[in-house]
Amino acid sequence: MSVEPLLTVENVNLAIRGAPILQEVNLRVSSGEIVALIGPNGAGKSTLVRIVLSLIRADSGRIWLKPGIRVGYMPQRLTVSDTLPLSVQRFITLGAPATRARVQAALEEVGAPHVLDSPVQAISGGEMQRVLLARALLREPDLLVLDEPIQGVDLNGQYELYDLISGLRQRRGCGILMVSHELHLVMATTDQVLCLNRHVCCSGHPDHVARDPAYLELFGLDGAQRLAIYHHHHNHRHNLHGAVVEPAERGAHG
Amino acid sequence: MDEFLQRALLGGFGVALATGPLGAFIVWRRMAYFGDTLAHSGLLGVVLGAVLHINPQLGVVATCLLVALALVLLQRQRRLATDTLLGILAHATLSLGLVALAFMETVRVDLVSYLFGDILAINAADLYWIWGGGGLALAALAWLWRPLLAITVHEELAQVEGVAVFPVRLAFMLLIAMVIAVAMKVVGILLITSLLIIPAAAARRFAHSPEGMAALAGLLGCAAVGLGLWASLRWDTPAGPSVVVAATALFALGSVVPGRARRY
Ligand SMILES: Nc1ncnc2c1ncn2[C@@H]1O[C@H](COP(=O)(O)OP(=O)(O)OP(=O)(O)O)[C@@H](O)[C@H]1O
Ligand SMILES: [Mg+2]
Repeated sequence: MSVEPLLTVENVNLAIRGAPILQEVNLRVSSGEIVALIGPNGAGKSTLVRIVLSLIRADSGRIWLKPGIRVGYMPQRLTVSDTLPLSVQRFITLGAPATRARVQAALEEVGAPHVLDSPVQAISGGEMQRVLLARALLREPDLLVLDEPIQGVDLNGQYELYDLISGLRQRRGCGILMVSHELHLVMATTDQVLCLNRHVCCSGHPDHVARDPAYLELFGLDGAQRLAIYHHHHNHRHNLHGAVVEPAERGAHG
Repeated sequence: MDEFLQRALLGGFGVALATGPLGAFIVWRRMAYFGDTLAHSGLLGVVLGAVLHINPQLGVVATCLLVALALVLLQRQRRLATDTLLGILAHATLSLGLVALAFMETVRVDLVSYLFGDILAINAADLYWIWGGGGLALAALAWLWRPLLAITVHEELAQVEGVAVFPVRLAFMLLIAMVIAVAMKVVGILLITSLLIIPAAAARRFAHSPEGMAALAGLLGCAAVGLGLWASLRWDTPAGPSVVVAATALFALGSVVPGRARRY
């Protein structure tokens, strides 16, 4: 896997009406790499994403995108006015022209094959997330920027979509910058985690970040424990099925 | 058929074919109030045309564009909501137009015909303006269609996908200004918004695609022109308002007849 940087963010600062929103943020996404942005509501995650995409300008700092790369973007929210008659197929092809067959194939890939001809206002929230992902994928992006891609997706779907997203970097070699609140999934599948709360609290490999005091402070014992419960539960199931039990963390029984 | 009636029908159809599709975008983008404000500033444009000795339609296009730009700039400050700004500009520009008109003793302007339109007085030169300007506006709209639709659905997503958002928005404002200048003679500046909004709103229930809605809005506008003119001759009512009443009647009728089932 080549590690060619696609995006670098250096010392970005932004204040809105005097209130600091982002302070001295650094970030790098390379091809074939998944970087997750986590942090509480109002931490500035979506704002950072907008700066990366040049939708808003930072007060200071440097944004560098590898010249000529294609970017696929999935915004945090998207609702289409009821006054506009628009099918899912038309909605998706607004991003990049594609044949009906290709749109259908993309929808199958994201697990929403049945919505092709539905009015875009009539599909469910989780289906909309999948449709947005399909639209981003059809652009064949070098860099995918996803703002909470699996919000509102059912539990099984979350795993499926995460597998799909992490499979993309292998199959297409694209870099992925993703905002997410699903700590257990983030910790399990990403290469790098950036913990944001108006500034970068901690960053690095998920295992490293999970032990960082700043992380524990940000997500509280509660968040950390939930993660532990998840691991614990996982170990236990393996145990019942008679599979090899990994050395348990936090002194859990084996 | 009388010649003046032929010209009235031809002019009305030309206007309706342009206002229908453009109005669809105004409905989708929730810009009804914006269109109304530009239309109100039209009278100022007529005065400007008289002062500069240029064609009144050109004066209207120029004034509408200036007001649109002023709005874009004023929206940057966030102290006042957009609807407040629009309310201020709409009535300030209309009143300014009326006041300026009073100062110009040498220029005789038929105020009522500018406010409410005078479709029965359309002459051959007006027809060239309507079909030339309307045709140009429609061609430009077709050319802008895809990027404009993309920013209507989601501006930021469209921008990331490579749409030059600001130029497209500016071009759309220019189109609105052009169509207002063209439609003024038919329904007048106070009623132009209705020809933009009502046919498009009436078309919504029966449309399954953006293009279908735009085309249907154009046809419904033509039907309203025909019906309105007929009623105006039959009962001797003012023509412009009759067209608007006819459009509203079509809208009401469309809201109660059972529509085709939507595909789900
Ligand atoms: N245009 C704006 N005007 C004023 N404040 C803003 C603006 N945009 C963002 N903010 C503020 O910046 C902060 C960060 O917002 P942002 O949307 O980036 O948070 P987030 O981390 O994405 O949160 P969430 O998890 O809820 O999506 C918030 O406190 C928000 O109020
Ligand atoms: Mg956010």
